[in-house]
Amino acid sequence: MRPVAIVGIGQTPVGEHWSSSLRMLAADAIHHAFQDASLRQVDSLYIGNAYGAAFSSQQQLGSLVADYAGLGNIEACTLEAGDASGAAALRAGYLAVASGAVETALVLGVEKSTDTIGSAHVEARGVSLDADYEAAHGVTLTALAALLMRRYMYEHGLPLDAFEGFSINAHANGARSEYAMFRNLIKPGRFAKAPMIADPVSLFDSAPDGDGAAAVILTSAERAADLVAQPVIIAASAAATDTLALQDRADMLHLKAVQSSASRAFAQAGLQPDDVSFFELHDAYTVLSALALEASGFAERGQGCALAQSNSIGLTSKLPLSTFGGLKARGNPAGATGIYQAVEATMQLRGIAGANQVVGAKVGLLQNLGGLGSSAYTHILRV
Amino acid sequence: MSTERKPVDVQHEPFTFAGTGEIYSFTTLQESPEGFDDQAPYMLAIVKLDEGPLVTAQLTDVDGPVAIGDRVEMVTRKLTTEGERGMIVYGYKFRPVLARTSAT
Repeated sequence: MRPVAIVGIGQTPVGEHWSSSLRMLAADAIHHAFQDASLRQVDSLYIGNAYGAAFSSQQQLGSLVADYAGLGNIEACTLEAGDASGAAALRAGYLAVASGAVETALVLGVEKSTDTIGSAHVEARGVSLDADYEAAHGVTLTALAALLMRRYMYEHGLPLDAFEGFSINAHANGARSEYAMFRNLIKPGRFAKAPMIADPVSLFDSAPDGDGAAAVILTSAERAADLVAQPVIIAASAAATDTLALQDRADMLHLKAVQSSASRAFAQAGLQPDDVSFFELHDAYTVLSALALEASGFAERGQGCALAQSNSIGLTSKLPLSTFGGLKARGNPAGATGIYQAVEATMQLRGIAGANQVVGAKVGLLQNLGGLGSSAYTHILRV
Repeated sequence: MSTERKPVDVQHEPFTFAGTGEIYSFTTLQESPEGFDDQAPYMLAIVKLDEGPLVTAQLTDVDGPVAIGDRVEMVTRKLTTEGERGMIVYGYKFRPVLARTSAT
């Protein structure tokens, strides 16, 4: 296996793009990635997309996007792992280049969430759950997050506002980014008063679905040195799974797949949690942020929220989280989210993150989850 | 590779649950999927069955506040109807254990 580098990045703002279709969003991100890398062609295309069939009645995005973006008849296909589809595609591109089978790979994440609205949208998103034991009972991902959060609060004796630090931080960072879906600030004290979607999960607790596309171009680290001034190296890529249904876990307050993928990523990179300059975690719900910090080695069990409460997660703190707003404020374009994380981390490591810059960033940790940690992908980028 | 195809031996042993347990966690869902619109908002729970396993289901026949640890029992109820002229889907829900009136 040879070292792999990111040599091009592109993204659309996340939002409600009523006038752009799935293919238009994809081509826009790809165009910007090619422009950034000063490249015109790649050998293969890997696409992260979770709900093309459910939202847009569209599968076989490989052919659709390769043609529409003018890539010719290259190899192209979709990888699906729920909301972790983006990271699954990133890992596929990484493996293809690392193995030497492919010289240059394009990895795209794309989702057109607003092709459905209301209960049809909630229904479409349910395809990521256990159809027989969860979705059949009217359960949604937000409901499952609520069941998980209430149990977490019960076992650790936490009040609702213990979680507010995650959302306040995400919105503070999102407010600085032109790519973020929500650029408003959340004032301390408002979190616990927000309207409930599934108590205790409120509007200020859960990430909004949005439309978006993001792309990265990968090549060997050796070739990257000739192409760009600051290649960003993929120092680790690791993946694991946990049960699809929350009810089947022996200990639901421990994200086993997160722990497995994170520990193996650190081992591959030869790094420790203390070496991380910033962490793009999967903050679809605040309880997931707390549990991911615990399972990834940053906090003891039940102490995840304490990190957010003690001002340890801001852009100038010890462990900056969600530096461009995370899923909560940048928005959650489902299958594209993992590639947004890769684009944002690359900007941090190149030192071009502007108002969102983490000064002196050297090591970026990225974590993308499907469901409530049923699929977990951890990547480490470094310069 | 053998030329004779043998079925994979996945033996599931039937097990009958008593249908009773306690609330492990619960929520009230406001944003429902299609097919559940007319029921929203509705309560969902993870129930810890007395035999040990957890099961996810709707709570029904709830009159007052519920809490983690409350005793519940399984009942058969309509889950949803598949469209106006479609099949009615039945399944399990849980309700608070009803108070027994003692025989005099």
